[in-house]
Amino acid sequence: MSKTRRLRSHNGSMRQRSIRRWGWLFLGPVAAAFVIGFVWPFIQGIYLSFCKFRTTSDARLLGTQEGEGLFDNYSKAVTDPSFLHSFWYTALFAIVSLILINVLAFMVAYALTQGIKGSNLFRTVFFMPNLIGGIVLGYIWSMIFDGILSHFGTSILMESKYGFWGLIILMCWQQIGYMMIIYIAGLQAVPEDMLEAAKIDGATKSQTLFKVIIPNVMPSITICTFLSLTNGFKLFDQNLALTGGQPFIIQEGGSVIKTTEMLALNIFNTFYGSNATSQGTAQAKAVLFFILVAGLGLLQLGYTRKKEVQQ
Amino acid sequence: MSKQKTLAGERRRKTIMSVVLSVICIIYVLPVLSVVINSFKLNTYVKTDTFAMPLGDMWAGFSNFIKGMTFGNYPFYKSVLYTVLITILSTALILIFCSMAAWYIARVNSLFCKIFYYLCVFSMVVPFQMVMFTLSKTADQLHLNTPWTIPVIYLGFGAGLAIFMFVGFAKSIPIEIEEAASIDGCGPLRTYFKVVFPMLRPTMISVGILEIMWVWNDYLLPYLVLDINEYRTIPIHIQYLKGSYGTVDLGATMALILLSIIPVIIFYLICQKYIIKGVAAGAVKG
Repeated sequence: MSKTRRLRSHNGSMRQRSIRRWGWLFLGPVAAAFVIGFVWPFIQGIYLSFCKFRTTSDARLLGTQEGEGLFDNYSKAVTDPSFLHSFWYTALFAIVSLILINVLAFMVAYALTQGIKGSNLFRTVFFMPNLIGGIVLGYIWSMIFDGILSHFGTSILMESKYGFWGLIILMCWQQIGYMMIIYIAGLQAVPEDMLEAAKIDGATKSQTLFKVIIPNVMPSITICTFLSLTNGFKLFDQNLALTGGQPFIIQEGGSVIKTTEMLALNIFNTFYGSNATSQGTAQAKAVLFFILVAGLGLLQLGYTRKKEVQQ
Repeated sequence: MSKQKTLAGERRRKTIMSVVLSVICIIYVLPVLSVVINSFKLNTYVKTDTFAMPLGDMWAGFSNFIKGMTFGNYPFYKSVLYTVLITILSTALILIFCSMAAWYIARVNSLFCKIFYYLCVFSMVVPFQMVMFTLSKTADQLHLNTPWTIPVIYLGFGAGLAIFMFVGFAKSIPIEIEEAASIDGCGPLRTYFKVVFPMLRPTMISVGILEIMWVWNDYLLPYLVLDINEYRTIPIHIQYLKGSYGTVDLGATMALILLSIIPVIIFYLICQKYIIKGVAAGAVKG
């Protein structure tokens, strides 16, 4: 027994060695592209957030001259009223959409696992909006909202509350189908004998739902919650196409607040907007944005890991 | 008696649910239907009578489509061709090279592989805004700013999810099969392409579908990397209809939107089973 195992492991290490000779071919292309497309821009991005620059070639580290500090870009970023506004706007949006999407998606998934006729057709239809890109979605819905609001002599670009709820409706329309798929998978995995036992014990429908089904689909709920939270924070295309940040408010002192602008769009506008001197600030905002989104992602990872251990 | 009663109640409940879901279903397709009706409507009526059928005076025939084709001094068919090219090339690159790298990572136990793998996982939580400025500059310097070379960037930025999914699957392939192949005299390259590659098929489909959906609809990356005057993808084209001209021809825009979602919906109806499976598999990425 032990001899065969030793033989096999010897064989394995021989094989490993012969595979390793081809490492450049197996790993090379992806590693090169990964450095170009991710590693290098990421490192450079962090470096540039401490620099004054207009393009990547004329970057100069801050804090080397009188009256500058290394963290100037960051202090400018966190005191920028438009950035703070977009942060709170995004957070509010993410939480409202998180609740609505998950509650509705769970309800739809629950209904679709009751053995109703035509469940497959319903599932197909509800998932369909996910295939359509964010820019196109934004224009479809801006036409619809304007078609309704024009009867009242207004438009989605006129008031920020229209833009907010418009974007919520759009995201619900797009994301419910996606979350529904994950919930359906979770609901189908609830052990049949548990449901049977609940029925025999005389549990009512709502007791079964809250005491048996929901605890069993907790993993799906965790995944969907974090997915919709990070999706909400990272939203860009739909925001750009639906309102593009309008309506604008011009504050005293000339600074402009774009009332429906979310974090990603705010960073984009700081980089490529008309005020091109603020690229260092924009990169600092981007780093802060990364820390926020990555923090949420890691939180999710830790949370799901913990859940897995418990089961 | 009472059992019959609950059965009847159960059946009634199901009918009610069916009806409610059908109503929601109809509401769900209304936005797409409104695109269809408005693409055949004269522009002046789109805003005032958005939800009316394009009958009588409103009927525009195919004039919106003809106008849309050359709208904004950029022929629409070119954006479609570039989008198809970029999507196919990027997906092919990602599937071939990421699966190769993932198998190597799953089989070879070295520090470099471990670091590379964790970097890939890390890259999945990094939002695009973090790297967009430096990435577009790097792409310019390396002349990766054409539709033929931008797939390299997609390969780099999309590697994270693909490698993560492929490694997970490659680890579950029994190593004995590969050992048998190597005893029969296959080198690693032959072993990979003749033995492992065919077995990766289910994950290939899942990853392929996720990448197609991503690249086809992606707006910001090609917008920042490509030379916009020469190369546009469909999302960029549609964004430009509104962006650069004060008054928008909504009829023509809707015609183009219809043209751009028809292939997506056909693709969806054909590969529906795989798409839904792929999405459920990719949901772990966060």
